[in-house]
Amino acid sequence: MSEPQKTKISVRHLDFFYGSNRALTDINLEMPENQVTAYIGPSGCGKSTLLRVFNRMYSLYPGQRATGEVLLDGENTLAPGTDVNMLRAKVGMVFQKPTPFPMSIYDNIAFGIKLYEKLRKVEMDERVEQALRQAALWEEVKDKLKTSGLGLSGGQQQRLCIARAVAVQPEVILLDEPTSALDPIATLKIEELVSELRNQFTILIVTHNMQQAARVSDYTAFMYIGEMVEFGPTNQLFTNPEKKQTEDYITGRYG
Amino acid sequence: MSTAMNVRYLRRRFWNIFNLGMAVAMTLFGLFWLVWILWTTLSYGATALNLELFTADTPAPGSIGGLRNAFVGSLLMIGVAVLIGTPVGILAGTYLAEFAQGSRLAGVIRFFNDILLSAPSIVIGLFIYAVMVVPMGNFSGLAGALSLAILLLPVVLRTTDEMLGMVPGTLREAALALGAPHWKMIVQVSYRAARSGILTGVLLAVARISGETAPLLFTALNNQFFSMNLDKPIANVPVVIFQFAMSPYPEWQHLAWAGALIAAMAVLVLGLVSRFLIKDRSPR
Repeated sequence: MSEPQKTKISVRHLDFFYGSNRALTDINLEMPENQVTAYIGPSGCGKSTLLRVFNRMYSLYPGQRATGEVLLDGENTLAPGTDVNMLRAKVGMVFQKPTPFPMSIYDNIAFGIKLYEKLRKVEMDERVEQALRQAALWEEVKDKLKTSGLGLSGGQQQRLCIARAVAVQPEVILLDEPTSALDPIATLKIEELVSELRNQFTILIVTHNMQQAARVSDYTAFMYIGEMVEFGPTNQLFTNPEKKQTEDYITGRYG
Repeated sequence: MSTAMNVRYLRRRFWNIFNLGMAVAMTLFGLFWLVWILWTTLSYGATALNLELFTADTPAPGSIGGLRNAFVGSLLMIGVAVLIGTPVGILAGTYLAEFAQGSRLAGVIRFFNDILLSAPSIVIGLFIYAVMVVPMGNFSGLAGALSLAILLLPVVLRTTDEMLGMVPGTLREAALALGAPHWKMIVQVSYRAARSGILTGVLLAVARISGETAPLLFTALNNQFFSMNLDKPIANVPVVIFQFAMSPYPEWQHLAWAGALIAAMAVLVLGLVSRFLIKDRSPR
């Protein structure tokens, strides 16, 4: 982690509002490419809100707005006229609760691919297999690709969602508390997966679990009431935090 | 335990037994009428059932016949009503659930739809009579189908709206997060998730319109001959039942009971199919 890294996303003077309520205040941040950045902080601190700015998910809802700049490879994604569908193809997202579509496992993966590419059956089969392998799900589902994705266990469903996200070959993957609805074993699998995927994707993960942040991330951002308190390499932030607030939170003395 | 506590406990026990007893009694009271209706239809209708019902047309008074023309006419009109009403209902329901969520316009549309839903069917029949039958100069199957479509529309609209409303927002976000355009998300994800619910709504709406008599009296009227021409008056089960049951001829009365039995059975089957579809959906 010592060599200089290319910045994938930079956030500049970002403010976010739910109606007239300010949820994020002057966020500034540089996230390096092909690294895992974790967001930690107490409930309501704005970490999920921030994540939903990166793929413009918030713009589905009238009344929610962001000001400032979020640069993806130097381009401001908040600028008016940004094609949000193309942005979301580049910035995939996995949600807190598994959200398999009510269709077969195969079609769950193929859905996203078909949005952008017209593939022959053989190529599509390959892409689906590749995505399922990347999400460490292939061995478990290869004999039942035609069955409903809703029949899988919670942990499998979440990996299916990760497979669906990587299948469209995004550059960035947003994970919004991806393991909070899963048991410890399924959680472990997802964490291993995140470590493997970091080679190909820039990963941003929101988590309530500080141990998880420490285990999977290269960089950690600590947020508190809509502000970015501290951002830095994970081992530094956890062993030698600069701010008193960060130290209080990670040692459980948060108040 | 003190005596006061005991009295309270006994009172609570009494009210519990009393309320439970009343609930059971009222259920039985409701069921009693339903069973009576079905039993009457069955006992009168069953003796009139025979193959000729489906092969012969409505007879002249005093002779033997069937209900073929009425069945065909009813099926035709219901079919056309479904073809007209379902797309409009589903699209309008989609607009309400997917595009107009929380807007004032949606509230207004829902309000008027609910009025349409509970409007007496005779009003709908009169409306079609005034705007279609009178200007065109004759009763027609198409006018009948149109009045049935207007009765079917609000049911389909409402179930579509409600079923799409039950699709979790996270599922929509998940589809959009892949970069799917809005319409693709609706067609491939929302509709799929709400499919059996919407289909159930259509079936229940068909069950509702298949027994409607009042609007057809003004529109399709009746026809004693076999006809598949929707430009002209056309025979249909409810109106035939209405006319035959009130006639003084025993043959006609028998046919009316047979028609009533088959109509009731058709609604029962539709109900069972929609039940099955709802059950199919629940494990998700």
